[in-house]
Amino acid sequence: MKYVSEFRDPQLAQQLAQAMANEVHPDRLYRFMEFCGGHTHALARYGVLDLLPSQVQMIHGPGCPVCVLPIGRIDMAIEVARRPGVILASYGDTLRIPASKGLSLMGARAQGADVRVVYSVDDALQLARTWPDREVVFLAIGFETTTPPTAVAIQTARREGLRNFSVLCNHVLTPAAMHAILDQPEPVALDGLVGPAHVSTIIGSRPYEVFASDYHLPVVIAGFEPLDVMQAVLMLIRQVNEGRAEVENEFTRAVNREGNARAIALTDEVFALRDQFEWRGLGSMPHSALRLGDRYADMDAELRFALSTRVVPDHPRCECGPILRGHKRPQDCVLFGTICTPDQPTGACMVSSEGACAAHYRYGRHQADEVAA
Amino acid sequence: MSDIPSTAAKPAYVRPLDLKHGRIDLTHGAGGRASHQLIETVFRPAFAQTWPGGWQDGGDDGALLPDMPLTPGTAGGKLVMATDAHVVSPLFFPGGDIGSLAVHGTVNDLAMMGARPLYLSVSFILEEGLPLSELQRVVQSMARAAREAEVAIVAGDTKVVERGKADGLYISTTGLGQCRPGVQLSGRLAQAGDAVLLSGTVGDHGVAILSQREGLRFDAPIASDCAALHGLVAHMLDTGAALRVLRDPTRGGLATTLNEIAVASGVGMQLDESAIAVNPTVAAACEFMGLDPLYMANEGKLIAICAASDAERLLNAMRAHPLGRQACHIGHVTAGPAGQVRMRTTFGGQRMLDWLMGEPLPRIC
Amino acid sequence: MCLALPARVIDIDATRQHGTVDMGGVRKQVSLALLDEVQLDDYVIVHVGYALTRLDQDEARQTLALFAQMAADEQPSAP
Repeated sequence: MKYVSEFRDPQLAQQLAQAMANEVHPDRLYRFMEFCGGHTHALARYGVLDLLPSQVQMIHGPGCPVCVLPIGRIDMAIEVARRPGVILASYGDTLRIPASKGLSLMGARAQGADVRVVYSVDDALQLARTWPDREVVFLAIGFETTTPPTAVAIQTARREGLRNFSVLCNHVLTPAAMHAILDQPEPVALDGLVGPAHVSTIIGSRPYEVFASDYHLPVVIAGFEPLDVMQAVLMLIRQVNEGRAEVENEFTRAVNREGNARAIALTDEVFALRDQFEWRGLGSMPHSALRLGDRYADMDAELRFALSTRVVPDHPRCECGPILRGHKRPQDCVLFGTICTPDQPTGACMVSSEGACAAHYRYGRHQADEVAA
Repeated sequence: MSDIPSTAAKPAYVRPLDLKHGRIDLTHGAGGRASHQLIETVFRPAFAQTWPGGWQDGGDDGALLPDMPLTPGTAGGKLVMATDAHVVSPLFFPGGDIGSLAVHGTVNDLAMMGARPLYLSVSFILEEGLPLSELQRVVQSMARAAREAEVAIVAGDTKVVERGKADGLYISTTGLGQCRPGVQLSGRLAQAGDAVLLSGTVGDHGVAILSQREGLRFDAPIASDCAALHGLVAHMLDTGAALRVLRDPTRGGLATTLNEIAVASGVGMQLDESAIAVNPTVAAACEFMGLDPLYMANEGKLIAICAASDAERLLNAMRAHPLGRQACHIGHVTAGPAGQVRMRTTFGGQRMLDWLMGEPLPRIC
Repeated sequence: MCLALPARVIDIDATRQHGTVDMGGVRKQVSLALLDEVQLDDYVIVHVGYALTRLDQDEARQTLALFAQMAADEQPSAP
């Protein structure tokens, strides 16, 4: 595939690995957080961690929309899915997220709720057209990348007068989560940040400038292919070595400073900031998520079905919180690989293939064995 | 013209089945005349072709099979039985349909035991409302697949369930086959140092099915690899190579099947991702759905584990057969860690290759 | 997060709101509603059935050239 396979070239990978090895100072540690689950996945899927110098430590960030969704929000989706006449349409990612009482959307479906997996929000719109006597609720999740398509769908529903379509909105904001990571009472020590790929195609590189200027943190926006990640790590190593803290862009083929103005305008038109939103692991954060704007309130499933959020604590021994904040690694959690596995996840980080725990469980356990051996 | 109905009813007249526009209804499964008619019109003519001279008109409850030995060269070989239920949506897909799948699935299960498949029995669960034309297409496809595989469909059963209780139709097939004398294959027999061979590309069947799913539909020249593998297996056994394990990586794909073998044999495996062939279009479709071809189902591929010293010979034999042209040596069995499959990625890193988790669903992140 | 792939635009409908893209032989209808302008043979980055942005092919080539340059720098020097 053009513009994909070129960025997975193993020879270039070896040479980039060599460049990194040549440039790291042997006696210091480089602690970089990859914010996005997409980078976490690439590191694990391609075995990139094996190619990085031992001085480089990658810390997984909270940029996985499935992982940061608190139990209460999934409970809410299940509650609405169980209402008579409702079809809940969702991206496949959410079906196995653990909710209260050992339930999940997949479990609710087995008990009779009408839950349908869609590839695109447009498929949810199509369900609403096909089933005019049913209420179609779209469970919207995702960061800035996934928000504009939801906005287009909401406007389409309005234009077509589709009165049986509504959205249970869980769209969240990347810069807010980055602030939360850096402003936490005991911040995790970081030497640099690998910035989001596809989020940045929408919001541009400008929103990250504050992290370079105010926190003196080097940021490199990187694509999701493995060579992109390696190149970004190399660029971060250079910034650290040279004492610079700048926003650099490795993903110039898709990201500029301003982002996608049309998508931003659409998002602003359809959505409004929530005062507060609960994130798994990061707690309640002001202005960190979106709801439907007042003009589109009739399509807000929370209002239409009078749903309210309950705060539901995670499993008492689940370490998703500290893992999402960068304080712990998956293997530090006593549940990891014992009672929490991809087949029977206890915490959300074990659900999405970009979750730190699932990525480590599926791809990375051999490293722990080799260290132990 | 007289409107008076004729009083002289024709004895035993049954209106012919409307194979073009008719649909299955509950009477077809009730065991009465309609059931009989369905069997005589749709099933018997198709399946009788697969067992020339075998199908008798007694309407008996079972099929009488000839005395052993069943086929030349199999004297003393163990009998193998396998059964498989087939549930697939859509019923028809590029490269096959539920009928050909039901034959190939069970034929392949027998073949993976080193057996030559001989007989199949089949049972149908039909949903009320199923168009007879679709049923006939499926049945004829089964008969064709059975004839090509030289396996006889000798017994069957049909039930009809109410509308909404089945997805069109389900097919269960049970097969009987016989091993060559001395052949012993099992997932427990992989040994450290053995070679792991794969007969061709992976993921074709799973992606062909997904490409037809409502809401996911995409256009791609991807066909299921659905095929009967016993011919390839016979060809491999002819080499006399020290074969230990044969498996067809169906649901769960290559990755899951290798994990099953690693657990059963108490061994590890080390694979080389770059040796695993994936049709580029299948790879692209997986990329955009967020799925991994190594976890997608196959219906016409096999994994062979053999002594390393025989790998080259076996591989050459596989490549000489039409279903093994793209056969590759994809890795080797290691002493441990037991139950772990590891893979050198195309990118040059190392990673685990775990079991499939959950159902492969398209994902956005 | 945000699974998205570059794909070539092979058809644009009359409303310019939808089009067909090709990804390595896979063809799919996508929404073009988030793009200001798009032309046939452009590469776009597709996420959940929407083109998010155009892919700048010159920049892609430059990034690859940068990798290659880096690689050349790291070659062991000839004797």
